[in-house]
Amino acid sequence: MKEDFKKRTVISPDGKPIEIDPVKDYFSDAKPKVYKPAHPVIEKFANWARANSLWVLGFGTGCGAIEMRPLMTPRFDAYRYGIQWRPTPRQSSVFVISGYLSVKTLKRVVRTYEQMQNPKFVIALGSCTINGGMYWDSYNTINRLDHYLPVDVYVAGCMPRPESLLTGFEELKKIIKEGRGEGANKYAENFDWYKANQKKIIKDWDMPDYNW
Amino acid sequence: MKDIIDRIKTKYTISEVVEQRKNLSFVTVSKEQAISIITFLRDIEGFKHLVLLTAADWIENDKFQLTYLLNNPTEKIDLGVRVFISRENASMESAHHLWEQVATYQRELKEMFGIDFPDSPGVDKPFILEGWEDIPPYRRDFDTKQYSEDTYFPRPGRESNDPAEYMKKKLYPNE
Amino acid sequence: MEFSIKNIGYALLTIFIVLNYGLILQGIIRKIGARVGRRYGIRWYQPYIDIIKNYAKRSTITHGVMFYIAPVFRLSGGIGLLLFMPVIFGSEIFSNFSFAGDLVLVLYFQFFGILGMALGAAESGHPYSAIGVSRGLSQVTSFELPLTLGVIAIAMQYQTLNITEIVAAQQGGFLNWTVITNPFAAAAMLIAFLGAMGRSPFDVVLAPQEIPIGPPTEFHSGLLGVLQLNRAIFPVAKLILFMNLLFGGATNWFELIVKTFFIYMWSVFVGVVYPRFRVDQSVRWFLTVPLIIGIIAIILIRF
Repeated sequence: MKEDFKKRTVISPDGKPIEIDPVKDYFSDAKPKVYKPAHPVIEKFANWARANSLWVLGFGTGCGAIEMRPLMTPRFDAYRYGIQWRPTPRQSSVFVISGYLSVKTLKRVVRTYEQMQNPKFVIALGSCTINGGMYWDSYNTINRLDHYLPVDVYVAGCMPRPESLLTGFEELKKIIKEGRGEGANKYAENFDWYKANQKKIIKDWDMPDYNW
Repeated sequence: MKDIIDRIKTKYTISEVVEQRKNLSFVTVSKEQAISIITFLRDIEGFKHLVLLTAADWIENDKFQLTYLLNNPTEKIDLGVRVFISRENASMESAHHLWEQVATYQRELKEMFGIDFPDSPGVDKPFILEGWEDIPPYRRDFDTKQYSEDTYFPRPGRESNDPAEYMKKKLYPNE
Repeated sequence: MEFSIKNIGYALLTIFIVLNYGLILQGIIRKIGARVGRRYGIRWYQPYIDIIKNYAKRSTITHGVMFYIAPVFRLSGGIGLLLFMPVIFGSEIFSNFSFAGDLVLVLYFQFFGILGMALGAAESGHPYSAIGVSRGLSQVTSFELPLTLGVIAIAMQYQTLNITEIVAAQQGGFLNWTVITNPFAAAAMLIAFLGAMGRSPFDVVLAPQEIPIGPPTEFHSGLLGVLQLNRAIFPVAKLILFMNLLFGGATNWFELIVKTFFIYMWSVFVGVVYPRFRVDQSVRWFLTVPLIIGIIAIILIRF
């Protein structure tokens, strides 16, 4: 753990010593909650809106990030399917894991994923997220993403073309409309299992267990 | 190039010279003289630019090889200075006082090969592996496949079929 | 002005129409932008879906009381600006709560939203929010000067602080519009309008791609939904204000839509041509040319 995150006692401006614990003070370690879906009629309408307004988090984790850029261009133009890019995790609902994930990136990915609001969806792009791809025996890249985050759609390939990614988005829309896009609830239900897996490989865990 | 190496030879001992190209040579020097030779090359011979500092693991000889690749921008020639150090308690004199960026290379080597550079600034800070606990991963006795299988939940492989055999079985099941 | 329970219904009707117009305008402008870039672009009703989706998010987190209040402040800034103006000239229904001194109040409401946003963004604790708010406040302050000078020149020209009377004085053909009769005040105000709309070159406040999106970085779910409602209402309210002061107001909704659309296109065109200004550049620019034009307008009216 870094020096800045350690528990320590500091002298406050009025001369009294106070104890601060940055990890506890700045973040929350409350567990994520399972949110029950609303009444089926409302939920169906909400799911339609969710499916048609996919806000993608602009976080390129690996080489696949380069396949996301063409989607904004006239050639592929994902905007017409209601797919838009959003710069902050708070407001986005889809997390595209684009390619290989090193342990160092996984740490940031977990933090970012936990900051997104329920319902949230994960698209795993490329073979690396399925079985490690060409980095299957690397000492520093993970093999199976679904051990660390709940994944809704896999797009196989190395690298998949932008068309494949668009098909992945269409598949995700189908899943959401059928009401199966409950990744966030799955994460909350199996929270301990996911955390144990994450902690097994992220050795310097200098953040709270759940930091929204 | 030859006259530069001759001039080094008058002051220091060089065990091996490899002339790769007309403008690229490698000299092998001893661990004690290495930093002194590099300083000489930088200050007197005009090798002002450090291209890279890298290491190789010769596990059969129980040695690490460090290569300081220097460049002379005015004469457009490169000279590599090779140093062999022992694998046990590998340690080398730091060269960060010659070029500041060497400290970063040395940090990387410390993390990836476990070669220590005493007095180099920030050499013990993690470079890219955060919280690595195993033996340094670029050492050749580190089994990366085994480590990956133990750590990263490998997905069990699928059954694979030879296309010719598979189609034969499918199309002519009775033969 | 007599207050009756009917006025609340009229106000809600105005808000409803303006909200829908704002959302469709937003969608259509983005669609036009996409077509210019040879893309098909979003569906024109995409802003509606986005708002529904944001309200349909299940979880919300809090950073404190001000974090909840800030979007409400922002929305009340937009609605306040809208409701204290005569939206349709001569219509009893859509004149809402306009009164003798409404011009001053309306100027205040221009500033109201960003102040509320500053409090909420500070509470969220995100560094990009703080950067965005400090940029926003300095930019708003700087374009407020030429805007106010232009408004004062118009008030002196018509000898009134009542928007309804200013609109009434401009009736009878486009030659009576303020933009013709008082070109310097109009120029100062139209330049300030560019800053007020927050499009390029003055979009450093939100600055997507640079500081993620400035003040609303931490806002999400329903809170972002409120902000999106405001993003539909507030620009239309500003458009109506400028239409009333400079372009002779509107006597029916069709005239309003045509006029506001073209006023909006003015900021869109400028935004397409010019790249983004840094905040120090935009402050310096607002305090030179537009300010001088504003002062000239005042001097010309006085003598």
